[in-house]
Amino acid sequence: MTASPGAPLSAAAPDIGALAARPRGVGGGRRPSPLQRSARIAILVIVIGYLGLPLFAMLEFSTRGNYGSRSLDSYAAMLNNQDLIDGVTTSLQIAVLTVVGMLLLLVPTMVWTVVRVPRMRRVVEFLCLLPLAIPAIVLVVGIGPIYRWMGQHLGAVGASPLTLAFIDIVLCLPFAYRAIDSSLRSIDSATLADASRSLGAGWPRTIFQVILPNIRAGVLSASVLAIALVLGEYTISSLLSFNTLQVAIYLLGGRDPFISVAVSLSALVFAFILLIVIARVGGGGRRDQREVEEPAT
Amino acid sequence: MTVASPAIASNGHGVGVTFEDMHRWYGSVHALNGLSIDIAPGEFIALLGPSGCGKTTALRALGGLDEVDQGRILVDGRDITRVPTNRRNMGIVFQAYSLFPNMTARDNVAYGLRLRGVDRAARKKKADEMLDLVGLAAQASRYPHQMSGGQQQRVALARALAIEPSVLLLDEPLSALDAKVRRQLREEIRRIQIMIGITTLFVTHDQEEALAMGDRVGVMSAGRLEQIAAPTELYDRPKTRFVAEFVGLTNRIPGTAANGSVTVLGANVPLLDGSAHSGAVFALVRPENIRVVATQDGGARVAAVSFLGSLCRAQVTLPDETLVVAQMSAAEAGDLQPGTAVRVSVLPSPVFAVAD
Repeated sequence: MTASPGAPLSAAAPDIGALAARPRGVGGGRRPSPLQRSARIAILVIVIGYLGLPLFAMLEFSTRGNYGSRSLDSYAAMLNNQDLIDGVTTSLQIAVLTVVGMLLLLVPTMVWTVVRVPRMRRVVEFLCLLPLAIPAIVLVVGIGPIYRWMGQHLGAVGASPLTLAFIDIVLCLPFAYRAIDSSLRSIDSATLADASRSLGAGWPRTIFQVILPNIRAGVLSASVLAIALVLGEYTISSLLSFNTLQVAIYLLGGRDPFISVAVSLSALVFAFILLIVIARVGGGGRRDQREVEEPAT
Repeated sequence: MTVASPAIASNGHGVGVTFEDMHRWYGSVHALNGLSIDIAPGEFIALLGPSGCGKTTALRALGGLDEVDQGRILVDGRDITRVPTNRRNMGIVFQAYSLFPNMTARDNVAYGLRLRGVDRAARKKKADEMLDLVGLAAQASRYPHQMSGGQQQRVALARALAIEPSVLLLDEPLSALDAKVRRQLREEIRRIQIMIGITTLFVTHDQEEALAMGDRVGVMSAGRLEQIAAPTELYDRPKTRFVAEFVGLTNRIPGTAANGSVTVLGANVPLLDGSAHSGAVFALVRPENIRVVATQDGGARVAAVSFLGSLCRAQVTLPDETLVVAQMSAAEAGDLQPGTAVRVSVLPSPVFAVAD
């Protein structure tokens, strides 16, 4: 802004107004003040401390050896504990079944509601979020007799801990629904489905070749959440007397707390690595997000 | 851009389409109310109307994306009313960008061919030909998010044509584009349609687009077809009040009707069929049928003049305070300025009149 010394103040007012109206931090690369910088660092330290300290404590505890030395014996012992191995194997199998079942149930249902019956979207959302409002203990009380009946009448299949996948699918619905729904909202699913069908595709091909690849990030997020939920689920497995990872860790904790903590830490690291891998895989589809200007052809 | 490739030129015939008394209800809304249209092979029909008039419902019904509650759809004489979308062989270009984001332009175009079991080499060859047809051969490996809106709609057109559809359906494909690209693309679509000779149904709410592109233009209102005719006939000889008022600009000028003509601004002008035919009426007069001459003793005054390139549009206030719009060439407009005294008359072209 330039103004001669004698220019009236009102002549300069529009420029001042324009400057004042400009959002802070937009386009100017404004440097944060020392106070702001300090506040950011403090918040970062608190967050890292809050999340990291328990992990560090677990690491410290699980690597204690004799006479103040450090040892990985607890981690090595994990591999020789048959109950633990059985628990891990069972939980991983349940996780796989849960993810497959959840995706088979949820993806076609959600695509169908978005594309064909949008008025049912609220109903499906309500049903999917319902497990959040029902405590696990209530679920067990309600479903316990069914499991008892299955154990008595369906032989080995009915008594298998893998049947926990049915409950876990229900438990992970609220989280999986949110993840998939956000992906579905990011694309025009109805138009893509119409385009695919008009070109000759049936519904299965439309879902698997057109819709699913474009909601991959949401599907992967839902899968991660389901795996995390299954690996961390204790209440229902314990009350129904199935040996899963968390039940094994709990029982182990009474006998050997070092191995128990080592297993817990390993499970957390496993989940963390899984998250990173899936985030990488899920983010691989958008290599170049630049927008294109309309060319004058 | 090249002209026709052999593969494209071989598809040089269209099929006839018939809508027979089609009805569609959405709850209490009668979206299609006895719609009947005959489309000749190779013809380009533009359906024009305001939002909610049923034009998109008609297109979606032909494409199999919506059902009809009553009536029949015949394509090449065959009843396809209950045939599922994926077995109708219709090429559809949508209003919203509908390219599959996970596929390149070439893969998008080849998608329908893959569904028809065309082998990989032939698929690629045909897809490249189609992209060449729409001037995007160089963009074959690009993903939709790497292309502009106009480019995406061209690829969508190539994808729709690649399957050699019986009928091409265009559901307001230009409405999301800016004016310049819109004009270019509409000319390109028309050129390709004429070259291929494919029967085409084009839905739009843009009069200029409809009149410029269609062999015939159908005007719809409240689920009904008001009139379907060649653009010039529709413009010059509207059959209903809705068409007369909806298509183009019209002036409502008071007059008196009697014996098949109306006296308006001192001139006796023949009435079109369907007009109010007696008593006090409003004549719906096109701006180009109003003549404005500057004269000292004229009772009317120019209120404003708009320069439109080769044309000028003048707003003139009549002695009774009625405001009329006249359109003339820039040369005829001469020295017309706001406040100029003028005499206004009506050319003897037939007009539509509505009751007072």
